[in-house]
Amino acid sequence: MTRTWVWIVAVLAMPALSGDGIFDEYRDLMGDDNPAIFVIDEGEALWFEPQGPLAVSLEDCDLGLGAGVTEGAYARFPRYFEDAKTVMDVESRLLHCMETLQGRDRNALLIKPYSLRGDLGTELEALVTWLAAESEGAVIAPEQTHASERAMYALGEEIFFYRAGPHDFSCATCHEQSNMRIRLQALPNLTDHGDAAATFGSWPAYRISEGLVRTMGWRLQDCFRQQRWPGLKLGSEVSIALQTYMAVNAAGGVMAAPGLKR
Amino acid sequence: MSSRIKIRAQHADGITEVKALMRHPMETGMRKDQAGESIPAHFITEVAVFHGERPVMQGYWGAAVSANPFLGVRFKGGEAGDIVKVTWLDNQGGTGEGETAIR
Repeated sequence: MTRTWVWIVAVLAMPALSGDGIFDEYRDLMGDDNPAIFVIDEGEALWFEPQGPLAVSLEDCDLGLGAGVTEGAYARFPRYFEDAKTVMDVESRLLHCMETLQGRDRNALLIKPYSLRGDLGTELEALVTWLAAESEGAVIAPEQTHASERAMYALGEEIFFYRAGPHDFSCATCHEQSNMRIRLQALPNLTDHGDAAATFGSWPAYRISEGLVRTMGWRLQDCFRQQRWPGLKLGSEVSIALQTYMAVNAAGGVMAAPGLKR
Repeated sequence: MSSRIKIRAQHADGITEVKALMRHPMETGMRKDQAGESIPAHFITEVAVFHGERPVMQGYWGAAVSANPFLGVRFKGGEAGDIVKVTWLDNQGGTGEGETAIR
Protein backbone atom coordinates (compact mmCIF):
# COMPACT_ATOMS: atom_id res chain seq x y z
CA MET A 1 0.00 0.00 0.00
CA THR A 2 2.73 2.45 1.02
CA ARG A 3 4.66 1.58 -2.08
CA THR A 4 1.65 2.35 -4.27
CA TRP A 5 1.38 5.78 -2.69
CA VAL A 6 5.05 6.52 -3.25
CA TRP A 7 4.62 5.58 -6.87
CA ILE A 8 1.62 7.85 -7.33
CA VAL A 9 3.44 10.76 -5.68
CA ALA A 10 6.46 10.16 -7.89
CA VAL A 11 4.29 10.24 -11.00
CA LEU A 12 2.61 13.45 -9.91
CA ALA A 13 5.96 15.04 -9.16
CA MET A 14 7.27 14.39 -12.67
CA PRO A 15 7.54 17.46 -14.84
CA ALA A 16 4.62 17.84 -17.18
CA LEU A 17 5.30 16.01 -20.42
CA SER A 18 4.09 18.86 -22.54
CA GLY A 19 6.80 18.35 -25.14
CA ASP A 20 8.29 15.14 -26.39
CA GLY A 21 10.64 14.69 -23.43
CA ILE A 22 13.84 13.08 -24.60
CA PHE A 23 13.04 13.74 -28.26
CA ASP A 24 13.11 17.49 -27.65
CA GLU A 25 16.64 17.00 -26.39
CA TYR A 26 17.50 14.94 -29.46
CA ARG A 27 16.12 17.68 -31.73
CA ASP A 28 18.26 20.26 -29.93
CA LEU A 29 21.36 18.15 -30.44
CA MET A 30 20.65 17.72 -34.13
CA GLY A 31 20.00 21.43 -34.57
CA ASP A 32 19.58 22.21 -38.24
CA ASP A 33 21.03 18.86 -39.26
CA ASN A 34 17.74 17.22 -40.15
CA PRO A 35 18.43 14.42 -42.66
CA ALA A 36 15.30 15.64 -44.47
CA ILE A 37 17.55 18.22 -46.16
CA PHE A 38 18.63 15.47 -48.58
CA VAL A 39 15.01 14.71 -49.38
CA ILE A 40 14.26 18.41 -49.96
CA ASP A 41 17.02 18.50 -52.58
CA GLU A 42 15.72 15.33 -54.19
CA GLY A 43 12.19 16.73 -54.32
CA GLU A 44 13.34 19.96 -55.93
CA ALA A 45 15.24 18.03 -58.60
CA LEU A 46 12.16 15.87 -59.28
CA TRP A 47 9.94 18.93 -59.68
CA PHE A 48 12.10 20.22 -62.53
CA GLU A 49 12.75 16.83 -64.12
CA PRO A 50 10.83 16.08 -67.34
CA GLN A 51 8.98 12.82 -66.81
CA GLY A 52 6.17 10.65 -68.14
CA PRO A 53 5.02 9.99 -71.72
CA LEU A 54 4.77 13.74 -72.36
CA ALA A 55 8.29 14.31 -70.98
CA VAL A 56 7.47 17.50 -69.15
CA SER A 57 8.37 18.69 -65.68
CA LEU A 58 5.89 19.72 -62.99
CA GLU A 59 6.84 23.39 -63.40
CA ASP A 60 3.38 24.21 -64.78
CA CYS A 61 1.57 22.44 -61.96
CA ASP A 62 -0.93 24.77 -60.30
CA LEU A 63 -0.87 24.22 -56.55
CA GLY A 64 -3.54 26.81 -55.99
CA LEU A 65 -1.47 29.98 -56.18
CA GLY A 66 -1.05 29.86 -59.95
CA ALA A 67 0.88 27.59 -62.30
CA GLY A 68 4.35 26.88 -60.99
CA VAL A 69 4.05 28.86 -57.76
CA THR A 70 5.49 26.68 -55.02
CA GLU A 71 6.39 29.18 -52.32
CA GLY A 72 3.77 29.18 -49.60
CA ALA A 73 1.49 26.82 -51.53
CA TYR A 74 1.71 23.93 -49.05
CA ALA A 75 0.36 26.06 -46.20
CA ARG A 76 -2.87 26.70 -48.15
CA PHE A 77 -3.86 23.04 -48.55
CA PRO A 78 -6.33 21.31 -48.58
CA ARG A 79 -8.24 23.49 -51.03
CA TYR A 80 -10.80 23.36 -53.82
CA PHE A 81 -9.59 23.17 -57.40
CA GLU A 82 -11.89 24.32 -60.15
CA ASP A 83 -10.16 22.19 -62.81
CA ALA A 84 -10.71 19.00 -60.81
CA LYS A 85 -14.00 20.13 -59.25
CA THR A 86 -12.92 18.77 -55.89
CA VAL A 87 -11.00 19.54 -52.69
CA MET A 88 -7.47 18.18 -52.79
CA ASP A 89 -4.60 17.71 -50.40
CA VAL A 90 -1.07 18.32 -51.60
CA GLU A 91 -0.46 14.66 -52.38
CA SER A 92 -3.55 14.21 -54.53
CA ARG A 93 -2.82 17.52 -56.27
CA LEU A 94 0.65 16.29 -57.19
CA LEU A 95 -0.84 13.06 -58.55
CA HIS A 96 -3.33 15.16 -60.53
CA CYS A 97 -0.47 17.16 -62.08
CA MET A 98 1.54 14.02 -62.87
CA GLU A 99 -1.52 12.58 -64.57
CA THR A 100 -2.69 15.66 -66.49
CA LEU A 101 0.62 17.37 -67.28
CA GLN A 102 3.02 14.47 -67.58
CA GLY A 103 0.52 11.95 -68.89
CA ARG A 104 1.41 9.37 -66.28
CA ASP A 105 -0.79 6.49 -65.21
CA ARG A 106 -2.52 7.15 -61.91
CA ASN A 107 -2.75 3.49 -60.94
CA ALA A 108 0.96 3.01 -61.53
CA LEU A 109 1.68 6.05 -59.36
CA LEU A 110 -0.48 4.62 -56.60
CA ILE A 111 1.30 1.27 -56.45
CA LYS A 112 3.82 2.57 -53.94
CA PRO A 113 3.27 6.20 -52.97
CA TYR A 114 4.95 5.76 -49.58
CA SER A 115 8.25 4.08 -48.76
CA LEU A 116 8.35 0.52 -47.54
CA ARG A 117 11.02 -0.87 -45.26
CA GLY A 118 14.44 -0.60 -46.85
CA ASP A 119 13.51 2.27 -49.19
CA LEU A 120 15.19 5.65 -49.10
CA GLY A 121 12.06 7.56 -50.06
CA THR A 122 9.57 7.76 -52.92
CA GLU A 123 9.07 10.45 -55.57
CA LEU A 124 5.85 11.64 -53.93
CA GLU A 125 7.46 11.86 -50.49
CA ALA A 126 10.36 13.87 -51.88
CA LEU A 127 8.11 16.29 -53.76
CA VAL A 128 5.88 16.84 -50.71
CA THR A 129 8.94 17.40 -48.53
CA TRP A 130 10.34 20.00 -50.88
CA LEU A 131 6.98 21.75 -51.17
CA ALA A 132 6.65 21.84 -47.38
CA ALA A 133 10.12 23.36 -47.17
CA GLU A 134 8.97 25.97 -49.72
CA SER A 135 6.32 26.95 -47.15
CA GLU A 136 8.63 27.11 -44.17
CA GLY A 137 7.62 30.08 -42.03
CA ALA A 138 4.34 30.52 -43.88
CA VAL A 139 1.13 30.88 -41.94
CA ILE A 140 -1.14 27.85 -42.12
CA ALA A 141 -4.20 29.17 -43.95
CA PRO A 142 -6.30 26.48 -45.64
CA GLU A 143 -8.98 27.84 -47.93
CA GLN A 144 -12.49 27.73 -46.46
CA THR A 145 -14.31 29.89 -48.98
CA HIS A 146 -15.83 27.30 -51.30
CA ALA A 147 -18.82 25.29 -50.05
CA SER A 148 -16.94 22.04 -50.78
CA GLU A 149 -14.09 23.16 -48.54
CA ARG A 150 -16.45 23.85 -45.66
CA ALA A 151 -18.21 20.54 -46.28
CA MET A 152 -14.82 18.80 -46.09
CA TYR A 153 -14.17 20.35 -42.71
CA ALA A 154 -17.58 19.25 -41.43
CA LEU A 155 -16.97 15.72 -42.73
CA GLY A 156 -13.51 15.68 -41.18
CA GLU A 157 -14.90 16.68 -37.82
CA GLU A 158 -17.49 13.92 -38.03
CA ILE A 159 -14.90 11.27 -38.89
CA PHE A 160 -12.57 12.55 -36.17
CA PHE A 161 -15.14 11.70 -33.51
CA TYR A 162 -16.56 8.61 -35.22
CA ARG A 163 -15.93 5.41 -33.28
CA ALA A 164 -15.49 2.27 -35.33
CA GLY A 165 -13.45 -0.86 -35.87
CA PRO A 166 -12.86 -3.89 -33.64
CA HIS A 167 -11.55 -1.68 -30.82
CA ASP A 168 -14.21 1.00 -31.17
CA PHE A 169 -11.52 3.64 -31.69
CA SER A 170 -12.02 7.14 -33.01
CA CYS A 171 -9.28 9.64 -33.84
CA ALA A 172 -10.54 11.49 -30.77
CA THR A 173 -9.73 8.52 -28.54
CA CYS A 174 -6.06 9.52 -28.71
CA HIS A 175 -6.29 13.13 -29.84
CA GLU A 176 -8.90 15.11 -27.96
CA GLN A 177 -7.17 15.47 -24.58
CA SER A 178 -4.15 17.61 -23.75
CA ASN A 179 -0.86 16.47 -22.20
CA MET A 180 -1.49 12.77 -22.68
CA ARG A 181 0.89 10.21 -24.04
CA ILE A 182 1.25 6.59 -25.14
CA ARG A 183 4.37 5.23 -23.46
CA LEU A 184 6.80 8.14 -23.97
CA GLN A 185 5.15 9.44 -27.11
CA ALA A 186 3.33 12.72 -26.48
CA LEU A 187 -0.10 12.81 -28.11
CA PRO A 188 -1.25 16.10 -29.58
CA ASN A 189 -4.76 17.29 -28.80
CA LEU A 190 -5.93 18.00 -32.34
CA THR A 191 -9.06 19.80 -31.16
CA ASP A 192 -6.79 22.38 -29.54
CA HIS A 193 -5.41 25.13 -31.78
CA GLY A 194 -1.92 25.16 -30.24
CA ASP A 195 -1.38 21.41 -30.50
CA ALA A 196 -3.00 21.21 -33.92
CA ALA A 197 -0.75 24.00 -35.23
CA ALA A 198 2.42 22.41 -33.84
CA THR A 199 1.42 19.04 -35.29
CA PHE A 200 0.17 20.13 -38.70
CA GLY A 201 3.12 22.52 -39.06
CA SER A 202 5.73 19.82 -38.43
CA TRP A 203 4.61 17.29 -41.06
CA PRO A 204 6.08 16.00 -43.33
CA ALA A 205 8.78 14.89 -40.92
CA TYR A 206 11.92 12.81 -40.83
CA ARG A 207 11.22 9.79 -38.67
CA ILE A 208 14.41 8.82 -36.88
CA SER A 209 13.07 5.34 -36.19
CA GLU A 210 12.48 4.72 -39.88
CA GLY A 211 15.25 6.78 -41.45
CA LEU A 212 12.65 8.27 -43.79
CA VAL A 213 10.61 11.39 -44.35
CA ARG A 214 6.93 10.62 -43.83
CA THR A 215 4.05 12.75 -45.07
CA MET A 216 0.78 13.74 -43.43
CA GLY A 217 -1.03 11.36 -45.78
CA TRP A 218 1.14 8.52 -44.53
CA ARG A 219 0.64 9.58 -40.93
CA LEU A 220 -3.13 9.36 -41.29
CA GLN A 221 -2.86 6.01 -43.02
CA ASP A 222 -0.79 4.73 -40.10
CA CYS A 223 -3.34 6.09 -37.62
CA PHE A 224 -5.99 4.05 -39.42
CA ARG A 225 -3.79 0.97 -39.15
CA GLN A 226 -3.33 1.58 -35.43
CA GLN A 227 -7.09 2.00 -35.03
CA ARG A 228 -7.57 -1.33 -36.89
CA TRP A 229 -9.68 0.51 -39.42
CA PRO A 230 -9.77 -0.38 -43.12
CA GLY A 231 -6.76 0.90 -45.05
CA LEU A 232 -6.95 4.62 -45.79
CA LYS A 233 -6.49 5.45 -49.46
CA LEU A 234 -4.28 8.31 -50.55
CA GLY A 235 -6.36 11.18 -51.87
CA SER A 236 -9.62 9.67 -50.64
CA GLU A 237 -12.38 11.90 -49.33
CA VAL A 238 -11.82 10.59 -45.79
CA SER A 239 -8.11 11.41 -45.89
CA ILE A 240 -8.66 14.89 -47.28
CA ALA A 241 -11.52 15.57 -44.84
CA LEU A 242 -9.33 14.70 -41.84
CA GLN A 243 -6.49 16.83 -43.19
CA THR A 244 -8.91 19.71 -43.68
CA TYR A 245 -10.15 19.31 -40.11
CA MET A 246 -6.59 19.43 -38.80
CA ALA A 247 -5.46 22.25 -41.07
CA VAL A 248 -8.39 24.47 -40.14
CA ASN A 249 -7.85 23.82 -36.43
CA ALA A 250 -4.19 24.69 -37.04
CA ALA A 251 -4.94 27.83 -39.07
CA GLY A 252 -2.85 30.78 -37.96
CA GLY A 253 0.03 28.54 -36.90
CA VAL A 254 3.35 28.58 -38.70
CA MET A 255 4.77 25.89 -40.99
CA ALA A 256 8.02 24.46 -39.66
CA ALA A 257 8.29 21.37 -41.82
CA PRO A 258 10.01 19.08 -42.51
CA GLY A 259 10.14 18.27 -38.83
CA LEU A 260 12.22 15.75 -36.94
CA LYS A 261 10.36 13.05 -35.06
CA ARG A 262 10.94 9.89 -33.09
CA MET B 1 23.34 5.34 -54.71
CA SER B 2 23.62 8.89 -53.66
CA SER B 3 26.89 9.77 -52.02
CA ARG B 4 26.14 13.20 -50.71
CA ILE B 5 27.50 14.59 -47.46
CA LYS B 6 26.43 17.87 -45.90
CA ILE B 7 29.25 19.34 -43.86
CA ARG B 8 29.60 22.33 -41.62
CA ALA B 9 32.86 23.33 -39.98
CA GLN B 10 33.15 26.16 -37.52
CA HIS B 11 36.25 27.51 -35.82
CA ALA B 12 36.27 29.06 -32.35
CA ASP B 13 39.04 29.45 -29.71
CA GLY B 14 41.56 27.20 -31.45
CA ILE B 15 39.08 24.37 -31.94
CA THR B 16 37.31 23.45 -35.15
CA GLU B 17 34.00 21.68 -34.87
CA VAL B 18 32.92 19.58 -37.84
CA LYS B 19 29.38 18.35 -38.31
CA ALA B 20 28.61 15.99 -41.14
CA LEU B 21 25.36 14.45 -42.25
CA MET B 22 25.62 11.56 -44.71
CA ARG B 23 23.00 10.13 -47.03
CA HIS B 24 23.20 6.38 -46.55
CA PRO B 25 20.62 3.61 -45.88
CA MET B 26 22.87 1.82 -43.32
CA GLU B 27 21.07 -1.50 -43.78
CA THR B 28 22.14 -4.02 -41.19
CA GLY B 29 21.44 -7.09 -43.31
CA MET B 30 19.15 -8.37 -40.56
CA ARG B 31 15.95 -6.73 -41.78
CA LYS B 32 13.36 -8.24 -44.07
CA ASP B 33 11.26 -6.38 -46.59
CA GLN B 34 7.45 -6.56 -46.93
CA ALA B 35 7.74 -9.76 -48.98
CA GLY B 36 9.83 -11.41 -46.26
CA GLU B 37 13.06 -11.31 -48.26
CA SER B 38 16.26 -10.22 -46.53
CA ILE B 39 17.39 -6.70 -47.32
CA PRO B 40 21.10 -6.99 -48.16
CA ALA B 41 23.57 -5.46 -45.72
CA HIS B 42 24.66 -2.03 -46.87
CA PHE B 43 26.48 0.12 -44.38
CA ILE B 44 29.46 2.41 -44.02
CA THR B 45 32.56 0.59 -42.78
CA GLU B 46 35.12 3.37 -42.73
CA VAL B 47 34.78 7.08 -42.20
CA ALA B 48 37.46 9.75 -42.11
CA VAL B 49 37.77 13.48 -41.58
CA PHE B 50 40.61 15.49 -43.13
CA HIS B 51 41.85 18.98 -42.43
CA GLY B 52 43.40 19.78 -45.79
CA GLU B 53 45.49 16.66 -46.47
CA ARG B 54 45.91 15.81 -42.80
CA PRO B 55 43.67 13.11 -41.38
CA VAL B 56 42.19 14.29 -38.08
CA MET B 57 39.88 11.36 -37.49
CA GLN B 58 39.49 7.88 -38.88
CA GLY B 59 36.90 5.43 -37.68
CA TYR B 60 35.38 2.06 -38.32
CA TRP B 61 31.64 1.91 -38.44
CA GLY B 62 29.24 -0.98 -38.57
CA ALA B 63 25.62 -1.95 -38.87
CA ALA B 64 24.72 -0.39 -35.52
CA VAL B 65 24.99 3.16 -36.83
CA SER B 66 21.69 4.78 -37.86
CA ALA B 67 20.46 5.50 -41.38
CA ASN B 68 21.63 8.88 -42.70
CA PRO B 69 24.31 9.08 -40.01
CA PHE B 70 25.36 12.29 -38.31
CA LEU B 71 29.00 12.70 -37.29
CA GLY B 72 30.37 15.41 -35.03
CA VAL B 73 34.13 15.86 -34.53
CA ARG B 74 36.28 18.50 -32.88
CA PHE B 75 39.97 19.00 -33.56
CA LYS B 76 42.64 21.48 -32.52
CA GLY B 77 43.74 23.99 -35.11
CA GLY B 78 42.19 24.91 -38.40
CA GLU B 79 41.49 28.40 -39.64
CA ALA B 80 38.60 30.05 -41.39
CA GLY B 81 38.80 29.24 -45.08
CA ASP B 82 40.67 25.94 -44.64
CA ILE B 83 39.14 22.96 -46.36
CA VAL B 84 37.67 20.14 -44.30
CA LYS B 85 36.89 16.89 -46.08
CA VAL B 86 34.80 13.93 -44.94
CA THR B 87 34.96 10.57 -46.72
CA TRP B 88 33.33 7.19 -46.28
CA LEU B 89 33.60 3.69 -47.67
CA ASP B 90 30.82 1.11 -47.43
CA ASN B 91 30.67 -2.68 -47.45
CA GLN B 92 29.52 -2.75 -51.07
CA GLY B 93 32.52 -0.75 -52.24
CA GLY B 94 30.61 2.51 -52.45
CA THR B 95 32.32 5.73 -51.48
CA GLY B 96 31.21 9.17 -50.47
CA GLU B 97 33.05 12.42 -50.19
CA GLY B 98 32.23 15.98 -49.32
CA GLU B 99 34.11 19.08 -48.34
CA THR B 100 33.55 22.55 -47.03
CA ALA B 101 35.51 25.59 -45.96
CA ILE B 102 35.85 26.33 -42.25
CA ARG B 103 33.77 29.28 -41.12
